[in-house]
Amino acid sequence: MANEVVLLDFWPSMFGMRTRIALREKGVEFEYREEDLRNKSPLLIQMNPIHKKIPVLIHNGKPVVESSIQVQYIDEVWSHKNPILPSDPYHRAQARFWADFIDKKMYEAQRKVWATKGEEQETGKKDFIEILKTLESELGDKPYFGGDDFGFVDIALIGFYTWFPAYEKFGNFSIEQECPKLIAWVKKCLQRDSVAKSLPDPEKVTEFVSMLRSKFVPE
Amino acid sequence: MEEQRSKVTLHGMWISTYSKRVEIALKLKGILYEYVEEDLQNKSESLIQLNPVHKKIPVLVHNGKPVAESLVILEYIDETWKNSPRLFPEDTYERAQVRFWVSYINQQVFEVMGQVVFQEGEAQAKSVEEARKRVQVLEEGLKKHFPNKNIRENDDVGLLEITIIATFGAHKAYREALGVEIIDPVNTPTLYNWIERLQDLTVMKEVEVPRDKLVNFLQNYRQKLLQQAASA
Repeated sequence: MANEVVLLDFWPSMFGMRTRIALREKGVEFEYREEDLRNKSPLLIQMNPIHKKIPVLIHNGKPVVESSIQVQYIDEVWSHKNPILPSDPYHRAQARFWADFIDKKMYEAQRKVWATKGEEQETGKKDFIEILKTLESELGDKPYFGGDDFGFVDIALIGFYTWFPAYEKFGNFSIEQECPKLIAWVKKCLQRDSVAKSLPDPEKVTEFVSMLRSKFVPE
Repeated sequence: MEEQRSKVTLHGMWISTYSKRVEIALKLKGILYEYVEEDLQNKSESLIQLNPVHKKIPVLVHNGKPVAESLVILEYIDETWKNSPRLFPEDTYERAQVRFWVSYINQQVFEVMGQVVFQEGEAQAKSVEEARKRVQVLEEGLKKHFPNKNIRENDDVGLLEITIIATFGAHKAYREALGVEIIDPVNTPTLYNWIERLQDLTVMKEVEVPRDKLVNFLQNYRQKLLQQAASA
């Protein structure tokens, strides 16, 4: 049966980036469709009626929503190459735990860094740096979060890197100074084709965040 | 030493629905385990060591190694003890569906249900309305995506059923303690029915908190939270 894969996405979404990377890791041909979130397409609303959010993966006409679920789905369907989750149950549990940590903590924390100011922003910045340090400590001296192989946790986190210059600009701090090992890990991931092709230019993302910030924080 | 290594310990809390999920899974699979009740107001050194990142229960310890986060634990259990019931369906698309609805219950429904406990007046009424809306979405989802579900025995129980019974199993106690009804046989017949069938299973009866104890707990907990809010 022919595999028809469509991805409904929004270019700066760090969640959409996960699914793009996973598809490319597996060498899956897919159609990328850019969504205008102020003017959602009928297809998006039909395929994700409950949340009406991107990314939405449509495989042979059937939708899969939520990036973490999509990445696991992709790993299970195209299981013949580049495994994303390790094979050992305990290591899989570790990978899922850290991807869950990123899902639970990163988004809210990073949001405070660019969408707020004053004391709220300062507190948000502290929380955000602490989260990055926790992740850096988990990475340790390993090349990737899972060890020698690029995998689930790397995919869950790497998209946020494109937003780093924006955090640094509006939060007034240097991520490389706070977490040098994390930046080294970023550079290693960027050498991977699947990552390089799936991530937008951080400068463009910063422009986008700038525009967003002006809506939340009128100067 | 072999026995030590393969030993399974669950660190949990009697009222926690997350803890309950893991207990149900262990019992369904016939896995022998030691249960350790944790006092969350006074966290033990061992809990902090086992789950330094979140310092929460449940934590499953197997072969001396800890696994935290209930969903992660349930997947670990299913992948390690491959006997029946299988907690996840075989088909990859159906697996994604199960993951979606479990996520919906955990993130969308449970959160707003929790708000009902510590709110009153108009705020509570709003939360109840929102909870009912989201439960209705779940109702439609179950009807559409799992239309032929029959729950008669342990083999019919998977991750979604465990999540449903753990989250909603106490709905009658909630009604008694809070005077709030979110699930009923008229508006949410599918969900109501799944819960009734699940509660008939012996394994569920083994982990069920006695109704009086639960009602009592909810009423005291609510009083405490309302008092805290008043004096803040």
